[in-house]
Amino acid sequence: MSTHEQRWIDIGCIEDIPVRGARVVRTPAGCIAVFRTAEDEAFAIDDACPHKAGPLSQGIVHGKSVTCPLHNWVISLENGDAQGADEGSVASYPLKIEGGRLLLDLRRAQDRSAA
Amino acid sequence: MTKKKLVVIGNGMAPGRALEKLLDTAPDAYEVTIFNAEPRVNYDRIMLSPLLSGEKTFDQIVIHGDGWYVKHGVTLHKGATVTAIDREARTVTTARGITQPYDKLIIATGSLPIIIPVPGHKLAGVLSYRDLDDVEAMLLAAKSRGHAVVIGGGLLGLEAAAGLKEQGMDVTVIHLAPTLLERQLDTTAGHLLQRAVEDRGIRVITKANTKAILGEKKVEAVLLEDGTRLPADLVVMAVGIKPNAQVAKDAGLEVNRGIVVDAGMRTSDQDIYAIGECAEVAGQVFGLVAPLYEMAGVLAARLAGDTVAAFKPSAVATKLKVTGINLFSAGDFAESPDRQEIVLRDASRGIYKRLVLKDDAIIGAVLYGDTSDSAWFFDLLKKRSDISPMRETLIFGPSFAGGSPLDPTAAVAALPDEAEICGCNGVCKGKITGAIASMGLKSLDDVRARTKASASCGSCTGLVEQLLKTALGDAYNPAAVQPMCACTHLGHDDVRRLIVAKQLKSIPALMQALEWNTSCGCAKCRPALNYYLLSTWPGEYVDDSQSRFINERVHANIQRDGTYSVVPRMWGGMTSAKELRAIADVVEKFKIPSVKCTGGQRIDMLGVRKEDLPAVWADLNAAGMISGAAYAKGLRTVKTCVGTDWCRFGTQDSTGLGIKLEKYLWGSWTPAKLKLAVSGCPRNCAEATCKDIGVICVDSGYDIHFAGAAGLDIKGTEVLGHVETEAEAIEVIAALTQLYREQGRYLERIYKWAKRVGLDTIRQQIMNDVERRRSLHERFAYSQKFSQIDPWAERAAGKDRHEFAPMADFTRKEAAE
Repeated sequence: MSTHEQRWIDIGCIEDIPVRGARVVRTPAGCIAVFRTAEDEAFAIDDACPHKAGPLSQGIVHGKSVTCPLHNWVISLENGDAQGADEGSVASYPLKIEGGRLLLDLRRAQDRSAA
Repeated sequence: MTKKKLVVIGNGMAPGRALEKLLDTAPDAYEVTIFNAEPRVNYDRIMLSPLLSGEKTFDQIVIHGDGWYVKHGVTLHKGATVTAIDREARTVTTARGITQPYDKLIIATGSLPIIIPVPGHKLAGVLSYRDLDDVEAMLLAAKSRGHAVVIGGGLLGLEAAAGLKEQGMDVTVIHLAPTLLERQLDTTAGHLLQRAVEDRGIRVITKANTKAILGEKKVEAVLLEDGTRLPADLVVMAVGIKPNAQVAKDAGLEVNRGIVVDAGMRTSDQDIYAIGECAEVAGQVFGLVAPLYEMAGVLAARLAGDTVAAFKPSAVATKLKVTGINLFSAGDFAESPDRQEIVLRDASRGIYKRLVLKDDAIIGAVLYGDTSDSAWFFDLLKKRSDISPMRETLIFGPSFAGGSPLDPTAAVAALPDEAEICGCNGVCKGKITGAIASMGLKSLDDVRARTKASASCGSCTGLVEQLLKTALGDAYNPAAVQPMCACTHLGHDDVRRLIVAKQLKSIPALMQALEWNTSCGCAKCRPALNYYLLSTWPGEYVDDSQSRFINERVHANIQRDGTYSVVPRMWGGMTSAKELRAIADVVEKFKIPSVKCTGGQRIDMLGVRKEDLPAVWADLNAAGMISGAAYAKGLRTVKTCVGTDWCRFGTQDSTGLGIKLEKYLWGSWTPAKLKLAVSGCPRNCAEATCKDIGVICVDSGYDIHFAGAAGLDIKGTEVLGHVETEAEAIEVIAALTQLYREQGRYLERIYKWAKRVGLDTIRQQIMNDVERRRSLHERFAYSQKFSQIDPWAERAAGKDRHEFAPMADFTRKEAAE
């Protein structure tokens, strides 16, 4: 079944995202926020804060974290977990950079929309 | 009882301390008059170096503010140089002809810098380093970013060099001896110090003899004996000081190198005393603060009636006040056959420690790199303690000698009560711990106020904090200044000051220079830093949109469902059929679900999808409307009533003034949002008296109010002042806004800023000091040149397109599959 193989989809190049910023990728299962850090790493997590579903893509990116624009929860870009005293987590997605292109594996999102 | 007249010539640290003690023990004995040749109050001269480097401000180094003199009934003549003492008539006379009788006279004229009389030493640009005027002249010269040559590699010379380097100058230190600080350091430590100084980008030339200072009208270069020519826009002579005894000599008092006094500080005239750097006791003159403060104590006691208090100079220690270089030396460390030494070197960590021993006691100590044990060694030195039982581990400090763990608090806790903690003020550990316990002291400032410990040069601050920690445990909160956020230990005000002092012009440069402990800050500090840089360097700093909250990044207000609201400007709350028609068309075209009148007299369109924003703005722009900045930490609205246009009570054209203000102030960024209102008469229909800035029009002109609040807090405004014309009202409001822009902490509304800095200081600067108001207004006007660009028009034309469109959209593709 397709869930056992990676399905990399080209979503654009790293320069499409501002440094310490984010862009949104729309999928049938909802929006995914794709982040670019100061060190040019890229991460993909659901664009909905575990607190009140705030759009994380609109937050301020610092280190490997983003602060939600609605109520200042800090979410790890690496694993989607809320940092500090807050508890909660959002889904994260495999993302790799090849020759400057960003390749996203949407399998998990598709599984979820099928379920 | 009539008070005796006590006259003091000089207002430095020694007489300041003597008066403090005297007023404490015998508050009613004397009527005190001080003549200060400098035009100012008593300040901490030891802190001139941090002032030069930008780490401190003048206010922070004032010892006695004007209030102190008033409170104690002391008359202070500022800028008054005493030129003659008439011992027959018992009077002193100043250069401007004031004559003042005395019963007792204190001469505390301090010292004069030694100026080497080489050719050119009188050229403009050749300075000494003794007082605030010197520092101000250096700061002015440093603005050129040119070359500075410091003659003299002693304590003052090195501190001046480091300060000038911090100010961006290219600095060379020339020093006569083969190694730096040769009177305080041995050769090895001198070389280590030289390397550390050179690592800061300061050039050091030793064994250098100055032949001449060259230049036509002002200094251009320094010529050395060996023919080397060093370009120089500024020359600082820091080669030493000599007692300033001229006025005493002219009065016929016995003067040798300094004014000769006995152990009770009395000169050859029984009614005249001398203390400080101008005094000579038993053939010795003194330049460090600790013995000068001891003299002050003796003099105060004598004046209060004590007949036996006597000055006994004790060993003194020296520390270099250059941030990042730790250096301590005390006692005598010349080599001699009857002396032994213990040396510890750790070259890779840059540590060097040397103890000089004689008869099983420490007589000299040099610590470089790690000075944490200096108090312990100095205590052993002063007491001449027998160190033979712990000689083998002595050099490793008290942690090993006592076998206790390597915990800094434990090391301080292990010190005996008599151990001196503060060398400047001679305060021992027992006095500090006693004061903490008996007076319930809670903070460093408390300890400084009550015991004077760490109140002068501040280098023992760490030790005092450890004592507080030991005494109070977790109840001690050392962060007296609330840091901006977890990324730094610096508070907002420190950061703002250092941005200017260190010429920091970008967020990465700032985080590097101020040693941020995170790689790129956090959501708390980045927006604040972006604002501070933007307001400090208008036209130069490039705004970092990624350090702004989403609302300011996309120029609309995010709503709970992730859509946005859009508010166009309606100048002074006035609108027209054309604007209303355009708004109606936009609402229908983009199916905007809600339209609402705001509290600031304009119209809010709520529920706009993010990707529609640029098109919405383009349509509003087409009708002549621009962003209302309803999302900004900046100028929001100027609410008005209809004033003389329509109202039968109106006294002035309040609508017109409101529109003028809004057209002048729009686009400006401020620490927090800024809302104004203009009411045409005291009935105040525009509710101006709860705004950040409000104007109430009256028949005779305009009452300007500020610091109101009607949000989380409710607070009526305070009156700033009254002006007669509309032009003055606009200037006052722009100057007030600029003062707030320069002093407010990020997210601090005007009323909180005003409470913090004081309403009167604001009124003074805006209403009374016309020069200050004008310069604030000029800075505001300059900054506005760069800020009045409609962000909507820019984005409708394509700027930041990535903000408004998804990167990729798989919803349609998937649907087609």
